[in-house]
Amino acid sequence: MAQWIDACATDDIDEEDLIRFDHDGRTFAIYRSPDDEFFCTDGLCTHEQVHLVDGLVMDYVIECPKHNGQFDYRTGEAKRAPVCVNLATYPAKVENGRVLIEV
Amino acid sequence: MTKRDYSLLGPDAARAVKTGLATAQWYHTEVPRKEMKALMQRSDQPAVRDTILLFGAMILLAGLGIALWPSPWSAPAWLAYGVLYGSAMDSRWHECGHGTAFKTPWMNNAVYQIASFCMVRNPVVWRWSHARHHTDTIIVGRDPEIVAMRPPALFRIFLNFFGILDALTGWKHMLQNAAGHLGPEEADFIPEQERPKVFRVARIWVLIYAATIVLAVAMQSILPLMVIGLPRLYGAWHHVMTGIMQHAGLADNVLDHRLNSRTVYINPVSRFVYWNMNYHVEHHMFPMVPYHRLPELHEKIKHDLPAPNTSILDAYREIWPALKRQLRYEDYFLKRELPGTARPYREDLHAEALGVPAE
Repeated sequence: MAQWIDACATDDIDEEDLIRFDHDGRTFAIYRSPDDEFFCTDGLCTHEQVHLVDGLVMDYVIECPKHNGQFDYRTGEAKRAPVCVNLATYPAKVENGRVLIEV
Repeated sequence: MTKRDYSLLGPDAARAVKTGLATAQWYHTEVPRKEMKALMQRSDQPAVRDTILLFGAMILLAGLGIALWPSPWSAPAWLAYGVLYGSAMDSRWHECGHGTAFKTPWMNNAVYQIASFCMVRNPVVWRWSHARHHTDTIIVGRDPEIVAMRPPALFRIFLNFFGILDALTGWKHMLQNAAGHLGPEEADFIPEQERPKVFRVARIWVLIYAATIVLAVAMQSILPLMVIGLPRLYGAWHHVMTGIMQHAGLADNVLDHRLNSRTVYINPVSRFVYWNMNYHVEHHMFPMVPYHRLPELHEKIKHDLPAPNTSILDAYREIWPALKRQLRYEDYFLKRELPGTARPYREDLHAEALGVPAE
């Protein structure tokens, strides 16, 4: 059953950037958007399982560092080949300066 | 001596998967996240400038060639036009395929489509092919873009200086794709949902070539083909010359780009044509960094890389003897020395590949 997990402090993530968060044998990516909202997706690219944390956040898009495939990290939608499979997303919220994700 | 099978469906492909060489983790030089983030930032300005310069020069040179046709005085204009069409378009295809040349996606896509047409590389097929090249760089049986195989097919490489085999293969595949067929190797790396795009592009290209040929017949002249099609042959030499430098003579089946890729300092004209891909170790380690930031990336990580070759000539002085030795002994390769400041090669990771004596 999904539960809210304390993932990091809001200050741990720069604006328009992401960090990796590992929990219970799984890896996630947590994003801070240009308008200071937080989002969470799976941490590995759906193309070849590369960690997205080394990629580039541009507005609401995360670009995979290996093949430049792109996802909209708000919805997980695959936006640019070679990625074809959408990224799983998870609810995220901020409480008392902490980012919580529901996984 | 190991006999290599470069087929994507052969025994070496299966062995690469079994031994963990396929889709593996690769060595990366450490670069602080903030610095890397800055290097990865996209910008339209450098590529817009370079593209205006490129297309402007192509229009001028083709115009000059047409104006002087059929005089032999038109030859220099055609030779220069050919290099821009048959070689500069290779690097534009490459950078725009990565999506890093421009910040604006439609600009990347537009130049990618034009460059793919000039190079006779189906833009969908080759996007997937190049993704595989980055996943499994010079892994035998996995990388579909190995130019200098072992033993090296030197006559084949020589023919490709004039685009002969590559372009003919490209035109053959174009006709097959236009007829709705995909080869078995292409089918190995192109997902089902992408295939209709392959066929659609091929059909558009067939129409463009048909119109060009009809015009040539109507004019009773090869002049239209001098502008469209033939420059892929007579202008190919530069991209083959620089392309061979990328990996030839170096290790295969390793997981460290310092062992299988080569950075070469080259002259400014060739750098414009090649769009800075002479920083090839850097590009493979960090494909997100746009071409115009590669010199900066090189400065940041060169302490961890083998010393670059100092010129195209210097690179060929090591490549040519290595290729000749590989004709007789295909396990031979150049193992490049790392500077004292570098993190050493992971010999445990490459025990099988590096176990062979090399100089």
